[in-house]
Amino acid sequence: MGIEEFPAITTRLDAVQAWGRSNSLWPLAFGTACCAIEFMSVAASVFDLSRFGAELIRFSPRQSDLLLVAGTVTFKQAPILRQIWEQMPDPKWVISMGVCASSGGFYNNYCTVQGIDQIVPVDVYIAGCPPRPEAILEAVMKIQHKIANPRTTPASQFLVKEPHFDY
Amino acid sequence: MEATEIVEQLNHSLPGTVRNVLDRFGQAELEIDPVRTVEVLRFLQQTPGLEFNMLVDLVSLDYSTFPGWTGPRFGLLYLLKSLTQGHRLQVKTYLSAENPQSPSVTSLWANANHLEREAFDQMGIRFTGHPNLKRLLNHHEFVGHPLRKDYPITRRQALSANQSLMDEMEARLKERGIS
Amino acid sequence: MTENLHSSSLGLEESTSPDHRDLLFVNLGPSHPATHGALRAFCALDGETIVAAVVEQGYLHRGFEKDCESHTFQQAIPYTDRLNYVSAMMNNVGYCKAVEKMLGIQIPDRAVTLRVLICELNRIIDHVVCVGANLVDLGALTNFWYFFNVREKVYDILEKLCGARLTSSYTRIGGLMRDVYPEFGDEVRAVLQDVQTSLKDVKGLIAKNRIFLDRTKDVCVITKERAISYGFTGPTLRACGMDYDLRKAEPYYGYDQYEFEVPVGTTGDVYDRIFVRLYEVEESISIILQALKRLPEGPIMTDDKRVALPPKTQTYGNIEGLMNHFKIIMHGICPEPGEIYDATEAANGELGYTIIADGSKNPYRVKCRPPCFMNFAAFGEMIEGSMVADAIANLGSINIIAGELDR
Repeated sequence: MGIEEFPAITTRLDAVQAWGRSNSLWPLAFGTACCAIEFMSVAASVFDLSRFGAELIRFSPRQSDLLLVAGTVTFKQAPILRQIWEQMPDPKWVISMGVCASSGGFYNNYCTVQGIDQIVPVDVYIAGCPPRPEAILEAVMKIQHKIANPRTTPASQFLVKEPHFDY
Repeated sequence: MEATEIVEQLNHSLPGTVRNVLDRFGQAELEIDPVRTVEVLRFLQQTPGLEFNMLVDLVSLDYSTFPGWTGPRFGLLYLLKSLTQGHRLQVKTYLSAENPQSPSVTSLWANANHLEREAFDQMGIRFTGHPNLKRLLNHHEFVGHPLRKDYPITRRQALSANQSLMDEMEARLKERGIS
Repeated sequence: MTENLHSSSLGLEESTSPDHRDLLFVNLGPSHPATHGALRAFCALDGETIVAAVVEQGYLHRGFEKDCESHTFQQAIPYTDRLNYVSAMMNNVGYCKAVEKMLGIQIPDRAVTLRVLICELNRIIDHVVCVGANLVDLGALTNFWYFFNVREKVYDILEKLCGARLTSSYTRIGGLMRDVYPEFGDEVRAVLQDVQTSLKDVKGLIAKNRIFLDRTKDVCVITKERAISYGFTGPTLRACGMDYDLRKAEPYYGYDQYEFEVPVGTTGDVYDRIFVRLYEVEESISIILQALKRLPEGPIMTDDKRVALPPKTQTYGNIEGLMNHFKIIMHGICPEPGEIYDATEAANGELGYTIIADGSKNPYRVKCRPPCFMNFAAFGEMIEGSMVADAIANLGSINIIAGELDR
């Protein structure tokens, strides 16, 4: 029986789920510093992020599934980031945008967290100061690949440990 | 107005306050007695002809590793500007290392509130008479004053939970007479 | 850590006093949609009206001042980029101007005119982002797209000029990093046409719009006296009716030879702050066209041996060039011990640097005087008595850039 006789498509359930999730990511732009301006560029018309389904940038953690940390995270901001991440429902993914979020950047001093992976588990790191909008789009595509590939576990489903700061 | 005239007026009305006058690349810097900071700054702000109506910045200084320095460890630099007369002035006070204290000028300029909080946070200079001397830039569990020369730059201090601002809010509500 | 989170950060604060039970205490920030960086305003609400507000900052304190003390004078330039990151080159120019004054260096005329040109171009993109983001907070999203297209075109120019879109580090102590490319003049003129078009579009959308006028006129007013007491400078001060611009009052880099006007508001409300910025964009366009017309030929870097790297023919050609290059790179620029304060008119107001040198290659102390620090100090007072939506509109109009606010 071909498609013209039986009007339905057969597939696996997790493929459909992955297709739905990866093409409708709702980002939470946790923008603190200069990378937030580049994120605004990604969301604007030239490097359109909504082509990837990630148009709905709402700032409520309860309604989003992709946490995009754009900018330097200081120790004062760290509990806020952790709380926002914990408020997001599963499944969730985290992109660490820029070198400040990935490793502290060139701020190796008393007030900057040397990478947000000391606070939240991260799925994709983007280097750059600030990264080009194309790099952010590639990171979103990597997340989509991660979602679609059932053998990769999102970082948040690993053992969720308390934040630890190894200075 | 030239700096010499300003110093003359100061010496005439408030004798003994100005200790030294230096030229900092075109701007005059007056070193004054730290105990009489408020008097001098009020005179500079309110005398017609001087009218330094804007406090541009308040810089806290630590001279402990400055080569060849023999004076007191801490310094406070008030940068003043007059929008009406168009002249600028720098006023410097030096504070001792053991207990760096200075009278607060929040009664003269409204932005002195935040500027003095920052000087306290970063350098540890206390301002007597300040309504709310709390840390501004570093978190409330931070111990020490990072901009001092003996604070190592990579000594990190984590924060466990952000502070509730309820105490400041209660004070503010009382100030505004709301119940 | 999850257990000791204060209930205040959940926004469910309760006052200890029994009198305040009917007030609602809400945190605006530090993670909030008005993407102006991380700051926090703790408000007591009676219905929708804010009866009292307490502000907190420091969520982006990255230790700029302490970092400058452990890096050389040239290495501090990328740190200055990240202060006011929407108009990064203006911070570079301000810092280099202060260090050059301390060293007593005169930069060549071509470098002076180019610095004026890029400062005005950065002023345009700063105002454009500020007004665009402010209008997004009011709900007028289209203007944001119009303005951001313009910003992307300017990014293309800046990228061809120095390699980076946002954090440029274009100036060097003694001049500029590299000269402009041949098509620079034509591309800048083309972009200015686009800026004019988008300005016309945006003004057409908002200037007579009933909703916009109701939301911005007489909202969060600050008087001139109060603004001066808070140390406001720049568009926020001019919106209150004070005609003061550093480019006219204390001209530098030949600003007294350019013909431009300074827009001044009347009331000091959100409307005035937005429109002062829009008119300043037009004036900046005029300054850029004048600068392009008078751009002289010549070097873009001074030939003072203390700061300028010698050309490669000299470095590899003779021993003096090699030693000069070696000394500048290894021993750095060592100004004579001294203290200086120098200011420029940045997009937000008076951006000043207090620099203390002790004779070594690192500065002893660098303090940046951020214009939006003073604006934010007044924020708590400005929003008391208005509604939450007005507070958000006000936050956008005073153009808080967290990188500059917290350094």
